[in-house]
Amino acid sequence: MALPKYTEPHYRIWHYIYLTICGAVFFFLIAPLFVIFPLSFNAEEFLSFSDGMKRLDPDAFSLRWYKDMIYGTKNPWGLAAKNSFIIAIFATIGSVILGTVAALGLSSRHMPYKGLIMAVLISPMIVPLIISGVAIFFFMAKAGLAATHTGIVLAHIILGTPFVVITVTATLSGFDHSVTRAAASLGSDPVNTFMKITLPLILPGVISGGLFAFVTSFDEVVVVLFLAGLENTTIPIQMWTGLREQLSPTILAVATCLIILSTLILVTAELLRRRSERLRGINQ
Amino acid sequence: MSSETKQILTTDGIPLEVSLKKAEKKNKIKAFLLVAPLLFFLIITYVFPIGDMLFRSVDDKMVTQMLPKTFKAMENWDGQELPDEEVFAAFHEDFIKLVEDKREGKLSTQLNYTKNGFKSIIKKLRRKSKSFEEGNYKEQIMAVHKRWADVEYWRAIQRRAPEFTGQKYLKGMDMYVNEEGKIVSVEEDRRIHRVLWLRTLEIAFFVTVFCFLMAYPIAHLLATLPMKYSNLLMICVLLPFWTSLLVRTASWMILLQQQGIVNDFFVGIGLVADDNRPEMMYNKTGSYVAMTQILLPFMVLPLYSVMKTISPSLMRAGKSLGGTPFVAFWKVYFPLTIPGIGAGCLLVFILAIGYYITPALVGGASGTLISNQIAFHMKSTLDWSFASAMGLMLLSGVLVIYWLYNKIVGIDNIKLG
Repeated sequence: MALPKYTEPHYRIWHYIYLTICGAVFFFLIAPLFVIFPLSFNAEEFLSFSDGMKRLDPDAFSLRWYKDMIYGTKNPWGLAAKNSFIIAIFATIGSVILGTVAALGLSSRHMPYKGLIMAVLISPMIVPLIISGVAIFFFMAKAGLAATHTGIVLAHIILGTPFVVITVTATLSGFDHSVTRAAASLGSDPVNTFMKITLPLILPGVISGGLFAFVTSFDEVVVVLFLAGLENTTIPIQMWTGLREQLSPTILAVATCLIILSTLILVTAELLRRRSERLRGINQ
Repeated sequence: MSSETKQILTTDGIPLEVSLKKAEKKNKIKAFLLVAPLLFFLIITYVFPIGDMLFRSVDDKMVTQMLPKTFKAMENWDGQELPDEEVFAAFHEDFIKLVEDKREGKLSTQLNYTKNGFKSIIKKLRRKSKSFEEGNYKEQIMAVHKRWADVEYWRAIQRRAPEFTGQKYLKGMDMYVNEEGKIVSVEEDRRIHRVLWLRTLEIAFFVTVFCFLMAYPIAHLLATLPMKYSNLLMICVLLPFWTSLLVRTASWMILLQQQGIVNDFFVGIGLVADDNRPEMMYNKTGSYVAMTQILLPFMVLPLYSVMKTISPSLMRAGKSLGGTPFVAFWKVYFPLTIPGIGAGCLLVFILAIGYYITPALVGGASGTLISNQIAFHMKSTLDWSFASAMGLMLLSGVLVIYWLYNKIVGIDNIKLG
């Protein structure tokens, strides 16, 4: 953002102050994530940079904590990772199906009480997690689903659907409904029309909603803390316990893996968003 | 008659109006059927349980059911002096039954919530009641412990007669119903909940302000830079947004610890002495810093999406009409960003007010919020009705903001990513 040549000096100074502030804020946002990365390769057991690390001594770095994460005895990370993935995958499938179907109904101009119903469907995103946790715990305890995978998956479907509803409704807002009418006039039944016409067009929205649902489930700790038994431990639960009890570098190794995972998800979500914008651009 | 002749008929001979209404109704039902699975799923697993919380928070049937005869006998008691033999006999009868079912422990816990000192005298009564003789229970019970002869304790029992009570809500605001039936505050040094409510509001408010002050310039920069630079910088906002909350909290725990990098840096530039490193974690500072960084993307994204729609020519027009850049900004640009400011601030405030994980890890004792108290009562004291009451008090606050958000921004306008 180059300034024009005629800019007066004091505005020029202001402009540089503004850029400095922006730089500082970006640093504040992103820098904490990069602290974890080098420290996870620490050869020692401390959570600060050793003198060797500051001198970039290769001996001060090691894969010790990654080995501990994978092969360590009594390490819960294997079970936790397995549980986390199983729960997140099923929760995502459930949220995507329920959320997409609901979004289709909500986008219809015939939908009665649209505002009220939308408010109910979005509420799990707005209500503080601790309250959702208490309420869902009461339900699951009554239904006999506390400390089961099913219970946690259902809880995560509750928390994940608002994201799917929002992203799919947003995609559908740019959707040209005359294509479905065209399909119908050509003799296609509604299910076939949905599978062959609507779904491919709204797919970017569905997938990005699914990504949100996946991350929500994969990262969720408050509700799981109420619901999980020893068998249902997840990565966030283990991190939570680890951070409360002893901050071991193994947690940093796990955290690094999670940052890599979130980078992958971010890239996918960005690509989808651009594709969806392109598609909507054609429609307009 | 004449209106009928004017009616337009479809080919089937049905009036068009009727036919159209029928079709509309069919479409309505179709749309509703699509929403129905999710709606009913949420109502059963989510909305009803929140209603259940409401019920639990006021439900006080337990004691009512444990002492049915006592409360019946107490109906004729004016509460001025010690109740007469009839009440004592009824209480004895109820109590023997509870001891048989081994439920007298529950009664003592419950009565102890109302007035301290019931635990020991109920234990004593259980021991002595085995050797009670028939008749004249008043004297026998009063002989067990002098508190049984104290009218205050009988009034405390009487206060538990109603099936529903609002006392958990009063307790959440550090108030209680005293012996005269008036609502009063507890002593000043025991007002722990009010401190927590105020602190929750204070932290949520300042986190919102900090987020706004930091997000505004970078959202502006992102919205005005050419695409290829802004896309790159956007990653700085989106990567934390997609990263696990616990990972981000962990990184703040590493940064803020006493031997951590921030303290190292302060010592390095000579701001603080090496042996006098400030405590930046396990207090309010920790909560402020970590929550601001974690919630910042939620402020940047709505601001950015609004600023993106503001044409740069408006600022140029403002300047060409003689405004200095500052005047042009304040009179033209800033008012146009108000919808984004509203959306971002409300979103961050809602999220901050119910924060649990981060304050629990970096907040210590002085940086914890009302959510931590709710979790404490759910998991440690197991006073679920109190946890429900506090949860609903928090929820009602959030719903007011949610309603405002809906008025100002509209929930259909929430944008993600």
